[in-house]
Amino acid sequence: MKIIEKKKIWFTISSVIIALGLLLAMINGINLGIDFTGGALMEIELHQQVEVSEIREITNQYDPNASINLLGPERTILQIRSTDDFDSSTRGEIFQQFKEKYNLEENEPLRAQQFGPAIGREIQNRAFLSMIISAIGMLIYISYRFEFRFGIAAIVALIHDILIVLAVYSIFRIPVNSPFVAAMLTILGYSINDTIVLFDRIRENVKFIKKSNYEQVANDSISQTITRSINTSLTTLITIIALYILGVEQIQVFALPLIAGVISGTYSSIFIATPVWVMLKEKQHKKFYH
Amino acid sequence: MKVKNAILFLVIIAIVGLAAFTAFEGLRVGELTIRPIRDAIKQGLDIKGGVYVVYEADTDASGQELDQIINQTIEVFRRRVDAMGLTEPYVVREGDKRIRVELPGVENAQEALDMIGRTAQLQFITTEGEVVVTGSNVRKAEATFISGEANPVVELEFDSEGTRNFAEATGKHIGEPIFIILDDEIISSPMVRNMIPNGQGFISGDFTVESASQLAALIRGGALPVNLNEVETSTITATLGVNALDRSIAAAKIGLFLVLLFMLVYYRIPGLVANIALTIYIILVLTILVLLNATLTLPGIAALILSIGMAVDANVIIFERLKEELRVGKTVRSAIDSGFKRAIRAILDSNITTLIAGVVLYQFGTGPIRGFAITLIIGILVSMFTAIVITKFLLKLIVGMNITKNNKLFGA
Repeated sequence: MKIIEKKKIWFTISSVIIALGLLLAMINGINLGIDFTGGALMEIELHQQVEVSEIREITNQYDPNASINLLGPERTILQIRSTDDFDSSTRGEIFQQFKEKYNLEENEPLRAQQFGPAIGREIQNRAFLSMIISAIGMLIYISYRFEFRFGIAAIVALIHDILIVLAVYSIFRIPVNSPFVAAMLTILGYSINDTIVLFDRIRENVKFIKKSNYEQVANDSISQTITRSINTSLTTLITIIALYILGVEQIQVFALPLIAGVISGTYSSIFIATPVWVMLKEKQHKKFYH
Repeated sequence: MKVKNAILFLVIIAIVGLAAFTAFEGLRVGELTIRPIRDAIKQGLDIKGGVYVVYEADTDASGQELDQIINQTIEVFRRRVDAMGLTEPYVVREGDKRIRVELPGVENAQEALDMIGRTAQLQFITTEGEVVVTGSNVRKAEATFISGEANPVVELEFDSEGTRNFAEATGKHIGEPIFIILDDEIISSPMVRNMIPNGQGFISGDFTVESASQLAALIRGGALPVNLNEVETSTITATLGVNALDRSIAAAKIGLFLVLLFMLVYYRIPGLVANIALTIYIILVLTILVLLNATLTLPGIAALILSIGMAVDANVIIFERLKEELRVGKTVRSAIDSGFKRAIRAILDSNITTLIAGVVLYQFGTGPIRGFAITLIIGILVSMFTAIVITKFLLKLIVGMNITKNNKLFGA
């Protein structure tokens, strides 16, 4: 297999996807969840299909910019999302108005959430911090168990995966919220797992290396572990795809980025992390002998 | 040796089968009853339905003073929540100034929120604005009916200080009204007809039995020492959560079936062994979650299903090694030994790095995300155990049975 020699192709593919995501993010903006921006969300079962303009008559009294969605198989579930964090009495009033207008039997919305703006910023910061801390933790561990260059190559692959998944979020307009953080960290875990298995093989093969042919070692290690990489992603993908197809909306928004992350994680171990490691190794080698 | 191994293998299959059945259906043997995992596991708010709210104290206090305010508030919350008769309520301080209240299974979330968040400062005030008694002087508060009132009333009994003050004030202000004020709102203004020396009063008004008992409970629970702002709330009805759980279980069943099928077809005998190990894995993880009294949330279920796919990974690494060892001409027995030995380093390193992500997630996450992290951490630890220890044991057991000399069945 000549994977390393064609590294330019792989780097280009990834760059194009990431650039596309970035471009769309700049044009459309990122769809931040209310837990990141602060705001309120309500879901009300109306038991009938209602025109959005009719719904606006009520919601405009509270927030003319609220976004209105109709969910559910019959599109009878009304979802109101506002960046104003309605307090519980306002939410009660809004619900009461819908209850009276559409003769609802329920006493409550299906779901309601409210996040103060300060909380939103905090969750954002915490999300960012947790990713940085796990990345540093992993770098230290890999440097200790392998070598610093392996660590750097693995982190490059991680950043690649995060960017790819962010691109998927931006392309599919999935809201970036707390589950996003969990999805991201899972992807970090999965991707690093995959990379380590490959690096473990390289670590083993390097012992028998002749003439510092790192390209050859990397290519051999990839072909020795490729069946494992494919089979593992396959079993993982089977379960997440089942979850995506059958799961409810809250699970789907979680499963889709995971699907992208698993594919990206497998891809990046082979096509990003390993070539980067070879590049770093060759640079070190040159420095040493010239 | 052969027969002994075969018997042991069958016994293990039987035990695993029984455990799997118990996990799904529950078990009843004489006095002993084991509930199915679905009922035994503590379900999170996003599955069970209910409400959670995070309040922030509106105060500049700090240090001990703040601690005292927060602890008092939590105490009042606990009394109010207990008065609602809910199971498994959860009240905890979060950070410095925040308190998280979780009420699983509450029926009317809006009402519950109103009741918890109320300051409930009760005051009896004279026309001159003099405070006679406050909520803290109340020893007993009960909803009851009294003659002469069509609606139920809240009957109060004051402590000794309250009794004295109340007697004095009612003696001085005969013929004038006394205002009963709850959180800046006059809820009743009875006329004083004569002096009341026994420390008993009542609040009448437009009450129903329910609203009167609620007010009584609020007064009994005491006033909050500080104003609170809702910074985060979430309510979800049980129907929505049950639906989410059912569909996740369906997804898990299908995903699991496909993974088992794939492993069996691709890896044959080792695949069968991996499948037994995987079944043990799932039962173990669920049992540990139950024993730790961990809360299962929707992201937690996602982590569990994801971990099924990842748990297989360790076995895949081992079996691919096994194949390589067989290809260079080793016997099955020695291939298993060296395959495991060489695979173990990759498995350890890759799982420990994933574990780092899980621990960080637990440290920084709240609510459902924490549920996800716990499931992930337990999943990684258990999967290492089942993939390494149990798979190796079972593989050796099968080899010891000498049923086949065909290396192809071991993936060669």
